[in-house]
Amino acid sequence: MQLAFTIIALLILAGATAAVALRNLVHCVLCLAVAFVGVAALFLLLGAEFVGLAQIMVYVGAVAILMVFALLLTRNADLPATGPLVSKSWLTGVSIAALVFGCLAIGILASGVGQAAPPSPQLSVRQIGEELMRNYVLPLEVLGVLLTVSMIGAVVIAMTDPKPD
Amino acid sequence: MTPWSTLLALAGDATGSWLAQLKNLATHPWVVNLVAMAVILGANAAFFAVITLLERKGLGRIQNRPGPNRAGPFGILQPAADGIKMITKEDIVPERADQLVHFLAPLVMLAPITLALAVLPYGPQLVAVNLDAGVLFFFAIGTAGELAAFMAGWSSRNKYSLLGAMRAIAQMISFELPLVLSTLVVIMMTGSMSLVEIVAGQGSAAWGLPGWNIFTPWGLAGFLIFLTAAAAESNRSPFDLPEGESEIIGGFMTEYSGFKYAVFFMAEYFGMFAVSGLGITLFLGGWHAPFPFLEWVPGIFWYVAKLVALVFGFIWIRGTLPRLRADQLMNFSWKFLMPLALLNFATAILWHATAGWQFPGAWLCRWLVCFGIVAGAFTGLGRAMLRRRQVGPRIYRYAS
Repeated sequence: MQLAFTIIALLILAGATAAVALRNLVHCVLCLAVAFVGVAALFLLLGAEFVGLAQIMVYVGAVAILMVFALLLTRNADLPATGPLVSKSWLTGVSIAALVFGCLAIGILASGVGQAAPPSPQLSVRQIGEELMRNYVLPLEVLGVLLTVSMIGAVVIAMTDPKPD
Repeated sequence: MTPWSTLLALAGDATGSWLAQLKNLATHPWVVNLVAMAVILGANAAFFAVITLLERKGLGRIQNRPGPNRAGPFGILQPAADGIKMITKEDIVPERADQLVHFLAPLVMLAPITLALAVLPYGPQLVAVNLDAGVLFFFAIGTAGELAAFMAGWSSRNKYSLLGAMRAIAQMISFELPLVLSTLVVIMMTGSMSLVEIVAGQGSAAWGLPGWNIFTPWGLAGFLIFLTAAAAESNRSPFDLPEGESEIIGGFMTEYSGFKYAVFFMAEYFGMFAVSGLGITLFLGGWHAPFPFLEWVPGIFWYVAKLVALVFGFIWIRGTLPRLRADQLMNFSWKFLMPLALLNFATAILWHATAGWQFPGAWLCRWLVCFGIVAGAFTGLGRAMLRRRQVGPRIYRYAS
């Protein structure tokens, strides 16, 4: 467990670091996909089978592919990026990141996770489905409507033809 | 406990009977998993060799020529000859290629597919991994193929490769929806995502027919949608646009040679076996025998028989149908298969809601009503699509 966690954590960290440090944007996306797979492996390690598989399906199967398409359709991805790797406002960025990390750490420490280590319930897919369809059916429907609206919006933006003259 | 400590304990403990120790070792999880992996890989690789020969022979028969007949009697040594040729060929990598990504792409293509093969139930006891969310695992792991196609196409620095990769990704994304939707109907009616339980739910025979899902109207429609989408997902003809040899040379595989090309080829066939195996598990009763009096035959025999039949169907289609055009492919997926798959949902719900009908002939009545809905939609949609056919010059709005 400890060894597996170490390996997965190192994989995520390496992937995420490479995703921001590499010069070639396509390499960055591929490294980000590695980090996504690592997060999914972490979920699987914790026994959250459904969440882990959904993570692979959504992030590797959809988000990474979307990024790749966006890269290839918007700019010439083969051109090496120029300019400094570290931006001038790095101090602001680091302080904001530290602030967010601090807030999350305080929240997690205050929640009492890790002190008592309660037995994690083994949720089957059936239970997750029943929860989604009974207790959380309204948020689910609202999310569905939101996604549909955003998709229609994207199509409308893409469909505006220049006036023929 | 690692296998090394087991081995050490085995060597150190000289008093116990070695048979008991052998049994201990043989049931150790590491040993069991290693054996399962070796069997899945070996059996599928051997099957791959047999199927390539069957495909070349079958295509030859359809095209009125003998097919391979030089290596060994009737050409049965052809797969071995192919293998030796592939291994001994020079591995050429383009000078401008992205070396690492170019090297990794075949592996990223093949590895997830072998993982997907592990969750299929091949027989009553022949299940390597019985996951609670087996179907979800199958599709989640399959999405890595899109990334692999992109890696291969982009890293080759070749226009044809990139075009092929783009075609492959667009096709895989489009046909994944009808594929998953036709699968969801089975999950809904069985009430489980575990492939083992889905097979177990198709065991009971009634009315002289086996209890397979294909003998219900939603199962029949679902199976046909599944088969069409599966052919597209595994890049089989008539959906082989990503590698259409006459248009874009070899698609994302253009710049691959030697063993890397063989790995891509193998991944394609493994993908076909995996998706056919999923179809067998979901719709054709898995390893169940067609009739109760044939239950004494081992389940693996029925599984392989159904697999060969499905793969032969794919070969037959490849020898018969011409390739689709890219826009026809997209229209076919989004305007024809998607509405049909959604309507199939409604049919399944109707089937479920009318399960309580008691009057004589209720089963036949339900069957005919549900089948009428699906078949009517199929005919209507097909006719409507044909009527909207454009015969004039086509206008490319975004690609000009």
